[in-house]
Amino acid sequence: MNTIKQALGILWVILAVAAAYFCVFEFGLPKLLSDQQDDLVFGIIILFILTPLIVLGLGTFGYFAVIGEYNNKRK
Amino acid sequence: MSKTSTKGIWKVISASSMGTMIEWYDFYIFGSLAVVISTKFFPSDNPTAAFLSTLATFAAGFVVRPFGALFFGRLGDIIGRKYTFMATLLLMGGSTFLIGCIPSYETIGFMAPLLVLILRLLQGLALGGEYGGAATYVAEHAPVGQKGYWTSWIQTTATVGLFISLMVILATKNVLSAEAFDSWGWRVPFWVSIVMVGVSYLIRKNMDESPVFAKAKKEGTTSTNPLKESFGNRYNLKFVLLALFGATMGQGVVWYTGQFYAMSFMKTVMNIDSSQVDSLLGIALLLGTPFFIVFGWLSDKVGRKYIMMSGMLLAILFYRPIYKMMYNTTDVSYKTEIVEQTSQNVERTQNNDIITTLSKTYTDGTSYIEKKTDFADKKKSQSSITININSADEWTLIFLVFIQVLFVTMVYGPIAAFLVEMFPTKIRYTSMSLPYHVGNGIFGGLLPAISTYFVTHSKAAGKSDFYLDGLWYPIIIASICFVIGMVYIDNKNKINHL
Repeated sequence: MNTIKQALGILWVILAVAAAYFCVFEFGLPKLLSDQQDDLVFGIIILFILTPLIVLGLGTFGYFAVIGEYNNKRK
Repeated sequence: MSKTSTKGIWKVISASSMGTMIEWYDFYIFGSLAVVISTKFFPSDNPTAAFLSTLATFAAGFVVRPFGALFFGRLGDIIGRKYTFMATLLLMGGSTFLIGCIPSYETIGFMAPLLVLILRLLQGLALGGEYGGAATYVAEHAPVGQKGYWTSWIQTTATVGLFISLMVILATKNVLSAEAFDSWGWRVPFWVSIVMVGVSYLIRKNMDESPVFAKAKKEGTTSTNPLKESFGNRYNLKFVLLALFGATMGQGVVWYTGQFYAMSFMKTVMNIDSSQVDSLLGIALLLGTPFFIVFGWLSDKVGRKYIMMSGMLLAILFYRPIYKMMYNTTDVSYKTEIVEQTSQNVERTQNNDIITTLSKTYTDGTSYIEKKTDFADKKKSQSSITININSADEWTLIFLVFIQVLFVTMVYGPIAAFLVEMFPTKIRYTSMSLPYHVGNGIFGGLLPAISTYFVTHSKAAGKSDFYLDGLWYPIIIASICFVIGMVYIDNKNKINHL
């Protein structure tokens, strides 16, 4: 189980990077550059709240998983 | 751990739950009355006011709640749970009451939307601090092995708060004429809050501090810097991240889908009459609420993890079939029209706008009204569809929403106990509040906006099942959370600090 936890850690890091791409280039920037007021607020929230949260949060979680922080310790 | 008697714990539950329920009520009436509020404070022809309106809707729900969690969580871990969640109660109640007192945009101009925005932000801050305090307070009073059951009462408050907000608004609308409600009656639900807050304050004032926190304070083992200890310490940070990505993130999207996306889907995608949606949602919530207690209790017997993960898995598997069935109930292409009863009425207003109303009736009792306004300046036209469903369809939808509320009760019922058990007393309020409000406020709160974006995008692309594409957001988020939860969370919580 510990090996699976550590291996999946790599997946979470990759997912964080992929989420960064989608949040910035697919959702955030197009919304931010649109003329609509609603889109502007939505873009700000995606870029400055959701993106850092997913990238830093999920990335750190993945890193912790890779280095074995979540492994079950032998008794 | 706790020596609180059953009678004592009921006192704790009622004091805590009532306050938390009122906070949810306060938070939801703003959302439920958003249309009226926008006409009074945020005129659409003023771009700045419209911008503030969007900010008030978004910011209070998402951005401010986690800040409230940090601010009040820190206070709760330093000065105590009781005084902190009394402060959040007064802040929420005061803000809500004052929103009901603000003169309209016509009277005081730009100050009106600005004041509403500030008060809405204060509401978000208060809500961010309240939940963690109430859940911690109850869990620290509850007997060992029954924390899931007792904290599940706190879990009912969000749904009960939504239910009561719908009922108070419905009752006010019934008592007053449409003109009176539009003129001043919409303020009544805001004023009602101050009475409920007053009663709840008096009850909470006489409560004792949590025994676990009082003991820690006496022994001098409370934290002097809960923020640093929660998020600057790798050991605690890894559990904060696990709580967020392995539990609250998925729970947040399941919660928002079952209660809010379902409502907006029926109103805006299925075009069902707004009052019909409110009442059928109210019935589904009422039927589903006892299951918070059932699953909270069950989590004490079989563990929190498998109940929460089962709820997430069921939601992932059944959301698309459920929403397809919901959509089909009002899809008039499957119904037989009574052609003799079809009518079309054209009228011209004083502004020379032309309003065309098309009414259709179907053999199963469904009625369909399409209203199209062609404005005199020819620059734009506006159309709306309202469908009144028959009783059988109403009960089908109640059942389908009820199933979604059941998923909500599975993921949400045990989560308070799960979170409080994860962290030690001295940083519990801070550490559990943040993942809860990020999961619910940000991942859950963004759901309506992101899902609507997917639906609009698919509709523009001409997809026949465009209405199902909004579900990809909760399905993807819940799936990631499900895998993380299943792999990394231990069912027998070995780090149980209570």
